[in-house]
Amino acid sequence: MSDLKKIKDELLLKLKGKLNLSEVNKMKSDLFGKNGLVSSQFKKIGTIAETERKKFASELNVIKDELQDLINLKIKEIENEEIREKLQKEKIDITLPERPFVRGKIHPVSQTIDEISSIFSEIGFSVEEGPDVESEYNNFTALNTPENHPARDMHDTFYLDEKKERLLRTHTSPVQIRTMLKDKPPFKIIAPGRTYRSDSDQTHAPMFHQVEGLHIDKDINMGHLKGCLNYFIKEFFELDKIKMRFRPSHFPFTEPSAEVDIGYEMKDGKIVIGEGDQWLEILGCGMVHPNVLRNVKVDPIKFQGYAFGMGIDRLAMLKYGINDLRAFFDCDYRWLNHFGFDPLDVPTNYRGLSR
Amino acid sequence: MKITFDWLKDHLKTNLKEKNLLEQLTNVGLEVEGVQNLSSDKELFTVAKIIKTIKHPNADRLKVCDVDVGEKKFKKVVCGAANAVEGLITVYAPPGSIIPKTKTKLVVAKIRGVTSYGMLCSESELNLSDESDGIIELSSGYKKIIGKSYFSKSKSNLIDLSITPNRPDCLGIRGIARDLAASGFGILIDFKKKKIKSNNRHSLKVKIKKEKNQGCSIFGSCVITDVKNTESPQWLKDKLISIGQKPISAIVDITNYVMFDLNRPLHAYDADKIEKGIIVRNSKLGEKFTALDNKDYKLEDGMCVISDHKGVLGLGGIIGGTRSGTELDTKNILLESAYFKPGSIRTTAKKLNLDTDAKFRFERGIDPLSIEDGLNKAAILIKEICGGKISKIDVQKIETHKTKIIKFDINLVEKVAGFKISTKEIFKILENLGFTLKKKKNFFELTVPSWRPDITQEIDIVEELVRISGYDKISIIDPIKKRKKSTLNKSQKLFHFLQRSIASKGYLEAITWSFTDSNYNDYFRDTKKEIKIVNPISTELDVLRNSIFSNLIIYMNKNLDRGFKDLSIYEIGPTFTGSKPGEQNTVVCGLSSGKKSRLSWIEKERNVDVFDVKKDVVQTLIEAGYKSEEFFIDNKTPNYYHPGKSGRLFLKKDEDLVAAYFGEIHPNIIKKIDMRTESLVGFEIFLDNLKLSVKTLNDQKNKFNVSDYQKSERDFAFIINKDVNAQDLINAIASVDKNLISNIKVFDVYEGDNIPENQKSIAISVTIQSIEKTLNDNELESINKLIIETVENKTGAKIRS
Repeated sequence: MSDLKKIKDELLLKLKGKLNLSEVNKMKSDLFGKNGLVSSQFKKIGTIAETERKKFASELNVIKDELQDLINLKIKEIENEEIREKLQKEKIDITLPERPFVRGKIHPVSQTIDEISSIFSEIGFSVEEGPDVESEYNNFTALNTPENHPARDMHDTFYLDEKKERLLRTHTSPVQIRTMLKDKPPFKIIAPGRTYRSDSDQTHAPMFHQVEGLHIDKDINMGHLKGCLNYFIKEFFELDKIKMRFRPSHFPFTEPSAEVDIGYEMKDGKIVIGEGDQWLEILGCGMVHPNVLRNVKVDPIKFQGYAFGMGIDRLAMLKYGINDLRAFFDCDYRWLNHFGFDPLDVPTNYRGLSR
Repeated sequence: MKITFDWLKDHLKTNLKEKNLLEQLTNVGLEVEGVQNLSSDKELFTVAKIIKTIKHPNADRLKVCDVDVGEKKFKKVVCGAANAVEGLITVYAPPGSIIPKTKTKLVVAKIRGVTSYGMLCSESELNLSDESDGIIELSSGYKKIIGKSYFSKSKSNLIDLSITPNRPDCLGIRGIARDLAASGFGILIDFKKKKIKSNNRHSLKVKIKKEKNQGCSIFGSCVITDVKNTESPQWLKDKLISIGQKPISAIVDITNYVMFDLNRPLHAYDADKIEKGIIVRNSKLGEKFTALDNKDYKLEDGMCVISDHKGVLGLGGIIGGTRSGTELDTKNILLESAYFKPGSIRTTAKKLNLDTDAKFRFERGIDPLSIEDGLNKAAILIKEICGGKISKIDVQKIETHKTKIIKFDINLVEKVAGFKISTKEIFKILENLGFTLKKKKNFFELTVPSWRPDITQEIDIVEELVRISGYDKISIIDPIKKRKKSTLNKSQKLFHFLQRSIASKGYLEAITWSFTDSNYNDYFRDTKKEIKIVNPISTELDVLRNSIFSNLIIYMNKNLDRGFKDLSIYEIGPTFTGSKPGEQNTVVCGLSSGKKSRLSWIEKERNVDVFDVKKDVVQTLIEAGYKSEEFFIDNKTPNYYHPGKSGRLFLKKDEDLVAAYFGEIHPNIIKKIDMRTESLVGFEIFLDNLKLSVKTLNDQKNKFNVSDYQKSERDFAFIINKDVNAQDLINAIASVDKNLISNIKVFDVYEGDNIPENQKSIAISVTIQSIEKTLNDNELESINKLIIETVENKTGAKIRS
């Protein structure tokens, strides 16, 4: 047994030194290889007296396990050390910039259209559309604004022909006509879209966006109109309290007609919507004129309802504190980045309109 | 319409304050646009006389004036007006005063080295008119009040109302007073009707010619002889100045006063300048006259003119002519009070591009029964101020006014407004507005006052009642949260999906005009028809866009000029194919410039290229639910793309409609517009050409079916003619066995050494996997063979050994 003891001691001594993986592997084969020191001890088992044999064999197995463990331990130790050294070498400056990426943005007008659609969706409106080029009839005449009516002066119109029969729609109201001609009542729609007026200065752009609303049924009155807009305005501005004022006005296609103002105040040069004592006009509305209903073959005795139209760009400006209307269409990279929305920010009812 | 509370009080008895007035005006629908405080500040503007002028030592166009402002010492004022001459009586603004037009406060300032103490004002600077050519010239009558305030001492503010086009009656102060009284804001003072008592003969014959489209139906007039036209008395001047009008002479001022007071336009002619008599008739093509705005007008056929036997005197209801205009030495006048038809007025004024106070009123509809009231009021005032003898009134008519009668069911009020107004209240409101009511069995019979052309049917009555009662009485009915129809249809859903899908690939969404510069449009018009706007706001926005590229490229260039290099922008919106409604397409159009990974420490920079935009297009379409395996791509693209580096995509091979174009923008265009960028690529996706899924949500997903058997990846390299597309190889391989070939990938394309000229090598990795079993070597080998055979047969390729 002294042989084995000697082998073990020698091994322990060797393992204490600094070794690499191949040296340890060599030691391993020196011990356990075909003619290794431990292997040759096993060969001796047959030559040992029967009385001693059992004891010898069991002791040999114990030693063998011990030695193997020692070596494996050492191997693990070296491997760990190697990984540690490798990781040490691989350390980088993690503050270097990430790989380049680009971010897209959704235009604030598109975002606002989605917000508006989301709010009106909740109370049962669906979205309708109409073409940008309209007939003079749909844009004016059918909307109770006959040729030679001074109300046409309020709309500076772009024309596409000398006879003035084709034009760029000056409001989204012709979608009312298209919708009512296409289907049968009841109607409950909104129609957002581009509108055009030949007017251009600091506060007017030759193109802007409007959203039309139309709700026609058997018993829709001005109370419903007020309720609908009251709901919309609170939801849109995400405020519980907003002062709202209806005042009489005139549009040829609605009667009675109203303009709606909301309360605001100026704080640090910024408009704050809500309960201030100043009034800001945000939309026009009214009960659809019986003449309009007759023009689209809807019986005004049986059906009545309201319509409204509001400027989307203006709503976006108020909600997001944008001062300059012209900038919406100026396509300045910095502006688009600043006021644009992440494409993942989809306004929804359950998640809310904005973050 | 400009009014003052003081003037309103001529017609309205009230103890309420101006603050209440402003509120009430808005409540009844007469929107207050602005309130100008004239009293305190305007007192500073005084009447002054230029005593001496010398040329400014340092400026040719300026003068240094000594001005008498009623103080001991003359003021030195620098003035640039050509009409600033010695002896002129004008209006002086001292330092400290605020100029109404510019809202700037005057200070003592050196102008080119000479100190100026205040300034001499033009009419436009005082917001009196648009006249900015020279300073105000006052008549000699003002000599007496040099140093005194030019404006009246009235403390009444100037209130600017926006009167909707349906309310011509409120273009007169009395009409406004009537509305206010009806709403409970004071009591309307009875109109004291003074009548001309005269037996004098009307010396001028008036005739309205009966012809087709005659624009005048009533012409009332009287002649006043032996008048002495003069300056107006102070009360009248003050009145006109208080609403921003400039006094001219008594006769003109009186006609203006009656117009603003009663909304009854009048016109005064110098009767001695009228040849024989008045004929109201249609103009003939080519007739000419000089109007009171000192411009010559050439008339077309059929415009309503007032003429004498010599020719046109004026355009009825729009503007008078210089030939018969009144002046200070006018002795005999003809005073006209007529009714002109709104349509006729509007057509004529539009054709001649004329806008006057009278035109504004007649085109909205003047009270046809106010002819004599207007003549009486004005003629009596003229007699009071200018003396003279008034003739009998003569009224020529070719149509008689028909009183409108409306049957009105009072239940309609509650049906429309949602709240009830008592019968008593209804009576009160309507009678105060000038209606007369008769109760019939189930309805009321209403007589509409002659000054309300806007009221023709029941709903108009409802509006009056709700408006006067107050919109605050309408109660809020909360909306019901119920949806019967889906909010968006399939194409709208696709629109919103594509919009966000493109943005998620790094593009900034832009919104640009639907019109564009025809020069730019031509670059991207391809074979489409140009659509001109008849009246563009500028030559740079003169056509409807045939493609979104024109605008995107203009704005891209502006951003490049701002110093940005690597830009990706897109727009989703209409492009136009014709000028009829509906001749438009919805397109998603994107543009990328410059490089990817510019100046990156970690990634190699490279120019953006056609495969970047191809990726964006293909990925977007896949995300939108279209199957990329079915896409078919070729290289036939419009002429604004690089002919060799662009493609068009069809959702399926046999599809007629192009789903998208993508590619490099043609280098010639980039050169012509002088765009400085390393690379410019773009795409267009045509929303209207994308087939909408007809599937319901329920069957949109196929059955989940995957194979867990071992798959094998085999690589092939083919040598093939250069002009054969990779797509053809892929299609050939895919056709071998759709069940076994699960993935095909091009991993190398090579031309050059070891490859014959005009040929290329394409290396493809094919994944083979069965859904039923693990394939054995033999089976795999036979598929390999089949792939090679098929590709070689179908495309003429040769396997590379």
